Amino acid sequence: MIETIIHVLVIAGLVVSAILVFHFRDLLAAALASALFSFLISLEFYILQAPDVAISQAAIGAGLTTAIFILAIRSTKRYEEDIP
Amino acid sequence: MRMSKIVRFSADVLFGAILIFGFYIILHGHLTPGGGFQGGAVVATGAALVIVAYSYEEVLHMIKKAGLMLQESAGLVMFAGVALIALGLGTTFFFNYLANSGLLFGMSVPFGPNPGELNTGGVLPLMNIAVGIEVWGGLAIVILYMLSGISKAEEA
Repeated sequence: MIETIIHVLVIAGLVVSAILVFHFRDLLAAALASALFSFLISLEFYILQAPDVAISQAAIGAGLTTAIFILAIRSTKRYEEDIP
Repeated sequence: MRMSKIVRFSADVLFGAILIFGFYIILHGHLTPGGGFQGGAVVATGAALVIVAYSYEEVLHMIKKAGLMLQESAGLVMFAGVALIALGLGTTFFFNYLANSGLLFGMSVPFGPNPGELNTGGVLPLMNIAVGIEVWGGLAIVILYMLSGISKAEEA
């Protein structure tokens, strides 16, 4: 029972963080929401009995990809402009 | 361009802990989930943390591009070398000549339920270490080249 509740909460968090990535105009916040998505999906892999994939996803998805995004935002603009 | 003092201090403190955790995943690759690639990716995350926190000139004083390239090549040469030694001993390529030999990583696996003995596995821990060194250098150099392109764009 408790496993089902945790499972549903993680999947709901995945949907919410994916919507947040789309919604944010601040690109740094969007990159951090994407890192949250990666962290939650690594938790989901762990719940589904794949700890190997969970470690890879946490290191590559939440760590290195976010670092590359932050480096790219540092060199360009932080805020997204309105589409005319 | 460098980040604030709080970010730099946090990166300095967390770097050691992330490094130790990555080495733990690499060395226990034949016992627990994880292995060379996962541990190397965790260590590269620690390197990426320092690279993001400091400016490009400060990072170049700490990490050399040639050193990371050498590290990547050394990991690949060690992986192929360990496999080629088996050919020199008169067995097949990738033969596990260290298992149950009593030498390095050569202990026999104890019978029954046990917490896992680190000194087992033969050549598998050596290959995990080689892959870990290679992935560490490869992923860190990707981030470093990203930062070098950005520093040129900031000057222009």
